[in-house]
Amino acid sequence: MKLLEYESKALLELYHIPLSKSGGVISSAGQLNSALKRAGCGPWVIKAQVLAGGRGKAGGVKIAKTMVEAKQVVKAMLGMELKTHQTGGRTLVVREVLVEHAAPIDREIYLAVTMDRGKGLPVLVGCGEGGVEIEELARTKPEKILREEVDPSEGLNPFQARRLCFSMGIPADQLSIFVRTAQSLARLFLEKDASVVEINPLVLSRGKLLALDAKIVLDDNALFRHPDFAKRSDHESSPLEREAKRVGISYIGLEGNIGCLVNGAGLAMGTMDSIKLAGGDPANFLDVGGGASAAQVESAFNILLRDKKVKAVLVNIFGGIMKCDTIAEGIIKAISSLKSETQKAKRKAGFSPIVVRLEGTHVQEGRDLLTRSGLPIIQAHSLSEAAEKAVQAAKQEG
Amino acid sequence: MSILVNKETRVVVQGITGSAGSFHAQQCLEYGTQVVAGVTPGKGGTSWKPGSGQGSQELPIFNTVSEAVRQTGADASLIFVPPPFAADAILEAADANLRIIVCITEGIPVLDRARVRQKLGVRGQGSGVRKEELSPRPSPLNPVLIGPNCPGIITPGQCKMGIMPGYIHKPGPVGVISRSGTLTYEAVWQLTQKGLGQSTVVGIGGDPIVGSSFVDLLELFEKDSVTQAVLMIGEIGGSSEEAAAEFFKKHMSKPLFSFIAGKTAPPGRRMGHAGAIVEGGAGTHEGKIKALKQNGVRVIENLSDIGATISSQLSHFHPTVTVN
Repeated sequence: MKLLEYESKALLELYHIPLSKSGGVISSAGQLNSALKRAGCGPWVIKAQVLAGGRGKAGGVKIAKTMVEAKQVVKAMLGMELKTHQTGGRTLVVREVLVEHAAPIDREIYLAVTMDRGKGLPVLVGCGEGGVEIEELARTKPEKILREEVDPSEGLNPFQARRLCFSMGIPADQLSIFVRTAQSLARLFLEKDASVVEINPLVLSRGKLLALDAKIVLDDNALFRHPDFAKRSDHESSPLEREAKRVGISYIGLEGNIGCLVNGAGLAMGTMDSIKLAGGDPANFLDVGGGASAAQVESAFNILLRDKKVKAVLVNIFGGIMKCDTIAEGIIKAISSLKSETQKAKRKAGFSPIVVRLEGTHVQEGRDLLTRSGLPIIQAHSLSEAAEKAVQAAKQEG
Repeated sequence: MSILVNKETRVVVQGITGSAGSFHAQQCLEYGTQVVAGVTPGKGGTSWKPGSGQGSQELPIFNTVSEAVRQTGADASLIFVPPPFAADAILEAADANLRIIVCITEGIPVLDRARVRQKLGVRGQGSGVRKEELSPRPSPLNPVLIGPNCPGIITPGQCKMGIMPGYIHKPGPVGVISRSGTLTYEAVWQLTQKGLGQSTVVGIGGDPIVGSSFVDLLELFEKDSVTQAVLMIGEIGGSSEEAAAEFFKKHMSKPLFSFIAGKTAPPGRRMGHAGAIVEGGAGTHEGKIKALKQNGVRVIENLSDIGATISSQLSHFHPTVTVN
């Protein structure tokens, strides 16, 4: 789960990490005056609250020197559409902006905690040159990126924070505050089950350390330990993606016209690759997971068939935990109820062709159920056969 | 021969009374695996009966893993415990000196995994906590943890310790390792249909932190006398395929085939820079294929070609292998 900047900063504040003076988050221009008062004297910085980096370059961060200017900025920014290199081609609408005192910046630093998959440990990452070009710097001068392992039970040791502080050339009078900040950041990461906690930039402002921007991503698998966040609404997903998540299905909408329903993320990716190789384009990534029930398969089907782009559906199930007859029951139930819906609505013969390829536990029972159902299902025995049939069906429909 | 498990392996199932645990304990028994006990805290002293009346074998249930080991001589554990309690279940199995721990559970918090890894690592380094004489352990893993979020291990015809459909496998010369579950079944099924059996098939799991890596298992396959070639099924993300490619070049004499899923996967909607900085250039499909090819690994581009490619190349390079 990704947190917005102001939500991330609320967590940093909880951990006593120094922040610039905030006027809070507002969703209408009418709330601006009191926000400016809370942020103290100008200049102010107005920041679009969207889940994407590269916001500044896309016009989502503006400085205002006067109250009149601030009003203009806020009016222009609320409702604005943002597209950055981190939004994955999607447009985000700005619904809230954060108002803060614009602290003068002497120097920018990068500081983050994330999981190092190779080591299997959290790692504190620091760089004496922070800011928006940090990834470029990591590529061209990797030696400038400093790392300290974080013990997953004990946290970060003060000596590690000191080592980082001196290597990054932070003035000695800020040593104790830096050590506290780095240790707090690691503690936040561990206590809140984060997967990324990033301060970029951490700045020296008139000689003092301040966190100017923050990004926090929480581990979805650990939300059971954090009921407050589990209740929070998901800012990022499309309505179909949220519906999928609610029923425990991984779904990502794509641009093509062949809907995929697959069990297992790896096989789902492999199936998408096969569709592409057969000359088609997948409309989505959909993994019903290992232990999905017939009901889940049914909801997966409903999500797929509600996607107007879908011209054909390819179901590829290799049954392990999930038995093939369970899948077949879900498919039959979903198609039958959809069929009666379309008949009720007196629409013309109603939905995309469905190609099903089953293999694995109880496969014969599954195939028999599909055959006996009398529904218009195209069965395939191998993945390449299924991909070819789906691509062909989509072309005929299209 | 085979790696990790064989017909001697004695398995305890943690979480046997849950629906997944119960179903798969039965499937493993039907395959011929020596499942000897179940563990469910609070249900010790009762017994577990297979669900649908097939087979009459009843298993004793114990409250703790160590008690199950004492009473039944189990040396391996198969874990179906729900995510909030799974890390603790792994530690309990390790504490009971089990040689092989397979954790099927999906959705364990990544920090729980980091803590487990740290504890198992410390225990493995000859701290004197372990009683090495109880059972010789395959080096360098100590104990061998497979998973979590994996389909498990199968040595065809001998021992199925996981959730894979048994009938798609057959004994033979190809070792298979994979980060995916169902994708592995697909590949194995293609091999079997081409008449190529498998020595051992291991799903290492899809989580960011897994117990055993590709490299750990390549090392075991290289030493195994039955295994004549290895198939590695990877996917985008992380850098374990790149590490495996380097290991292959330096330390392996057997041919290694590889398929990497995710060529057409859309770039994730990521946030922040930390992941990109830590992983560097690793993790992309393109990067992995390049690393594999550079190190002499035989890359299979199309998922549907796995069986055909390996069977044709293996009969060419190893004329002793019978291919139907």
